[in-house]
Amino acid sequence: MAEMLSEIKGAVHKELRHDSAHKHVSGDAVYIDDLPEPKNLLHIYVAMSEKPHARITSMDLAAVRTAKDVVLALTADDIPGHNDVSPFAGDDPLLADGLVEYIGQPIFAVAAETLEAARAGAKLAKVQYEALPAVTTIDQALAADSAIEPMQTMGHGDPERALASASHRTQGSFRIGGQDHFYLEGQIAVATPQEDGDVHVFSSTQHPSEVQHLVAHVLGRPTNAVTVEVRRMGGGFGGKETHPAMFAALSALVAVKTDRPAKLRLDRDDDMVVTGKRHDFRYDYDIGYNSDGLITGISIDMASRCGRSTDLSPAINDRAMFHADNCYFLSDVVIKSHRCKTHTVSNTAFRGFGGPQGMLGIEYALDDIARALGKDPLGIRLLNLYGGEGRTTTPYGMTVEDNIAPELMETLADQSGYRGRRQEIKQFNASSPFLKKGIALTPVRFGISFTTTHLNQAGALVHVYADGSVHLNHGGTEMGQGLFVKVAQVVAEEFQIDVDHIKITATTTAKVPNTSATAASSGSDLNGMAALDAARKIKARLVNFAAEKYECPTDRISFRNNHVYIENREMTFADLVREAYLGRVSLSSTGFYKTPKIHYDRATHKGRPFFYFCYGAAVSEVIIDTLTGENRVLRTDILHDAGRSLNPAIDKGQIEGGFVQGMGWLTTEELVFSDDGRLMTHAPSTYKIPTASDRPDQMNIELYKRGRNVEATIHRSKAVGEPPFMLANSVFLAIRDAIASVGDGTQSPDLNAPATPEEVLRSVQALQAAITQRAGD
Amino acid sequence: MSNVIRFLLDGEVVELAGVDPTDTVLNHLRYRMARTGTKEGCAEGDCGACTVIVGELDGDSVRYQAVNACILFLPVLDGKELLTVESLRKPDGSLHPVQQAMVDTHGSQCGFCTPGIVMSLYAHWLMSGPTDTASIEDALAGNLCRCTGYGPIIEAAQKVGGADDAVRRAQVAALRSIQRTETLKMQAKSRLTSLEKQYFAPVTVDALADIAAAYPDATFLAGGTDVGLWVTKQHRELETVIYIGDVADLKVIDDTGEALEIGAGVSYTDEMDTLAQYYPDMGELIRRIGSVQIRNSGTIGGNIANGSPIGDSMPALIAAGATLVLRKGADQRMMPLEDYFIDYGKQDLLPGEFVEKVIVPKPATNQHFRAYKLSKRFDQDISAVCGCFRLTLDGGTVADARICYGGMAATPKRATAAEAALVGKPWSEATVRAAMQAMEADYTPLTDMRASADYRMASAKNLLLKAYAEIEAKGPTRVLEHRETACGERAHG
Repeated sequence: MAEMLSEIKGAVHKELRHDSAHKHVSGDAVYIDDLPEPKNLLHIYVAMSEKPHARITSMDLAAVRTAKDVVLALTADDIPGHNDVSPFAGDDPLLADGLVEYIGQPIFAVAAETLEAARAGAKLAKVQYEALPAVTTIDQALAADSAIEPMQTMGHGDPERALASASHRTQGSFRIGGQDHFYLEGQIAVATPQEDGDVHVFSSTQHPSEVQHLVAHVLGRPTNAVTVEVRRMGGGFGGKETHPAMFAALSALVAVKTDRPAKLRLDRDDDMVVTGKRHDFRYDYDIGYNSDGLITGISIDMASRCGRSTDLSPAINDRAMFHADNCYFLSDVVIKSHRCKTHTVSNTAFRGFGGPQGMLGIEYALDDIARALGKDPLGIRLLNLYGGEGRTTTPYGMTVEDNIAPELMETLADQSGYRGRRQEIKQFNASSPFLKKGIALTPVRFGISFTTTHLNQAGALVHVYADGSVHLNHGGTEMGQGLFVKVAQVVAEEFQIDVDHIKITATTTAKVPNTSATAASSGSDLNGMAALDAARKIKARLVNFAAEKYECPTDRISFRNNHVYIENREMTFADLVREAYLGRVSLSSTGFYKTPKIHYDRATHKGRPFFYFCYGAAVSEVIIDTLTGENRVLRTDILHDAGRSLNPAIDKGQIEGGFVQGMGWLTTEELVFSDDGRLMTHAPSTYKIPTASDRPDQMNIELYKRGRNVEATIHRSKAVGEPPFMLANSVFLAIRDAIASVGDGTQSPDLNAPATPEEVLRSVQALQAAITQRAGD
Repeated sequence: MSNVIRFLLDGEVVELAGVDPTDTVLNHLRYRMARTGTKEGCAEGDCGACTVIVGELDGDSVRYQAVNACILFLPVLDGKELLTVESLRKPDGSLHPVQQAMVDTHGSQCGFCTPGIVMSLYAHWLMSGPTDTASIEDALAGNLCRCTGYGPIIEAAQKVGGADDAVRRAQVAALRSIQRTETLKMQAKSRLTSLEKQYFAPVTVDALADIAAAYPDATFLAGGTDVGLWVTKQHRELETVIYIGDVADLKVIDDTGEALEIGAGVSYTDEMDTLAQYYPDMGELIRRIGSVQIRNSGTIGGNIANGSPIGDSMPALIAAGATLVLRKGADQRMMPLEDYFIDYGKQDLLPGEFVEKVIVPKPATNQHFRAYKLSKRFDQDISAVCGCFRLTLDGGTVADARICYGGMAATPKRATAAEAALVGKPWSEATVRAAMQAMEADYTPLTDMRASADYRMASAKNLLLKAYAEIEAKGPTRVLEHRETACGERAHG
């Protein structure tokens, strides 16, 4: 019985390493470009528009087609089906058809025996453009009324009256930069022709089903003619949700046209120029409050650069609105959201999906209140949190039922010594003429579920082979986040077998159909539940079989630690499986899950778009150089709620990684576009994501120990992919706090994100100039 | 023509004949040797996913260094040992302690950068590099990870110790067997065009001078941290390449007592500690050039020769009063380093002439040297502005001032107006502020993706104030103090 009491290896809630960790470190983990290349493989190069907005008046590819080793040049005319790879709007041509709308838009593709030959061949094209007026910035788009969809409005109460009657009122405006995903593995697809004109595509994608659907759409074939497969991605972060379809479709098209396998791998520069990024925002606010700092009315106006097409921008901007309140109750609020169409790359999903931009705004505004009143920003935040009588309804009409923000923030403030350190910083700043420190504690409340309700479904497929080994498959994709190991833990727990007996397999549309993207932090919630459903079905069959065979009630049969206990009889899981097989029991099952409770009416922006909320809080301390604007994070403390974590090691990895990625977004990662919309920072030499030394000197990360999802999620865990990203808001606001110390502390500096040295110095000097002017008045 | 290169891989001598001399080690590994553990992330030496290790004979030991395979030309491996992530494989399938530590600390997520990170840490382990956090961060500065936030990786590095001397001596005999005493010459036809490519790797300065004279249009290759990108980013075809990295005489630092004479082939890694002894700020500035991988490859000669207005060596060397030594045939020519830079892309270099060495005087006791680099990111970034100062103070008076900036003009350029505003004046904040104002006559900087003209001018002025505040100890001035380096010239411990 001793064995019976011990645990299986890989149970839920245990720290288990990533299933591929040993392959990552040995170089044995296979990414798509690592697959052995077939002998007759073709390589594809994508030729791009040189103009932000123009008509293509002529495109002469004769010299391209006759270039050395070139096999095929493809244009829009060569597409047998629909020239569209958009997720839903129908406005993303695979290859430009007479009109280009951003610098970098694919206009034709060349397939050749080598990539060098394809690239060299493409350079021989003679393309002539007739330039059209280009709109490349948010301000230009707002002025020109250029939008991908009408302005959206959300809110409740009477903000106009509340603002007019507020005893205190402040307005502000700032800008938030975009962000390139910078997944280390660039976009790639390899297509292989199959019988009957079908095609198999390896695609580095978070969304195999959509890639499958769009490839079929482009080929003019039914969906069942296309199989899409991905074992793992070298990072995704949202950048491989909609964009991979473009590259998969081009490689499939070449494969079908030439009857040869074809690979399309973008180099880093092309990847950054061709593919969309996080939306940059302009954020304007008008906020009324009382002398305690309680917000009485607020008007928020957001505008984002969506780029040339719709892509996922409606949902992304909706999420910016959903998170405009962050953790704070807003009694009288209006949130307006402008979705600007520009002649730049079409921006897309990126970890947080608009949430970070929406959330940063209110945190920025709350600091204005604190400074204007001479109060501690933490006190102002705590005062405005959801909670208490009549203070639980969000601007979209959902009741907050799981609020733990107050406790998280107070606990973190104590653990990190926030209040004492604020005093120490004041003293340091008083004695340091050039370097200044700042500190900020900010919370995160992030809604979990796709806000497009129908996407909240998932499927899984589980086989138990006659030897007791298990094959696990589901619609989720692995991009490093540890989804596969978490779902394997769920199945191991259910069958009560060691996780080593469960074979993790590549995601393929041939096994689980009609899946949603692995996005919105939903991977474990959805696929874990679907896999659990499949495992439970098989387990029920095993139980019924055993009950019948051994004539015992089903409630006397239990699975524990690789064994099955049938009243007083004990046998291994494998033995029972073997018996069930001989007893002609089906040992394979699909599983399915759909998230309950959620509904949303986009026309009124009311409903319950989220099943639940994730919470976290971070406090960051920074130092800035007022002579150069250089800045560093000295210390960050994080307390984050992952519910009853499925795998605390994996979740802590998501928290640190998300935080550092968010810190990069708000500090060093600056996307620079020329006036005509050309991306100037298209490689790591010019686009700077954090490196090891950018990590805070001191970093303390803790999971919220009492965490338990109030909703019946998979083992009461919470999603963890996106929420920690926004913990980095604390870094940006700490930098702004440090800048404010240049003045008397009551003035709020203007600071745009990212807080590069240049932006910090600009902000410091603007504040110094304002002080000088005020002294002179 | 010998046309054959030989290098060591997994204990075996690999011989390659007729390779295209500008084929990269990365592409050869991935697409011709099916060693796909080494990844391409950027093809410009900035992300580290392609990190491999090159071992070179160093007396009776082998010196192992992490380098970027994506910009490393294949023939450069001749006479060296190459280690890739596959080299860590053991017959029983067990992992090397560096790899096991990465597994145990959850140091990988998506795993794509991981082999490169393992190789950087493995190089650090091979050379028994220090394991304090700053040193580890420096060892990892050239390896971007987008998933983990680096904490678990740093933890992994700190869990493993270092190799002993025996490990570093294991391949000495094998390496000796493939050393070459004569010029390597290679020839290959371009795969794309009718171009005949040539590659020369002499081992003596005299041979180098002869080849340079015979091929005045040749491209000089040193570390390849710039030339490599001509091939991988600009897709240029290089007709004749002369590699100077095998010329032992160019890889020497001579201490003449009053000055340091640094050969053109000396890598940043190798000059860093020596320069830091005399100019601590120059050491830190060099530490912030590129990453370990780049500094192991890149050379001071290459940094000077390519004439970039944003190379970091030049402002520092010019401020320090360095002299450049050029060589053509048997003739040497010397000039103050600042005179070498005529205009953007134009240097005072004759056909067939090359940079032989740079002479850096040691500072006098009344000289204060400061160097500052401003960039969006501290490590592995290119300067928006690099400001360097050598201020000679005589009592309370500025006796001499040498100020040179990178990123402010088409070349590294001295701030003569600002210098004039300082010299002979009392060393005071008022003098410094006047010199800051005068600097507006020195520069008309540009706006680009690294910084605006306004920022460049404002921060350049403030750097002089910063130097003053530091020399006069007016309070803390650096958000980043000098940091420990990953791995010095020789094995630690």
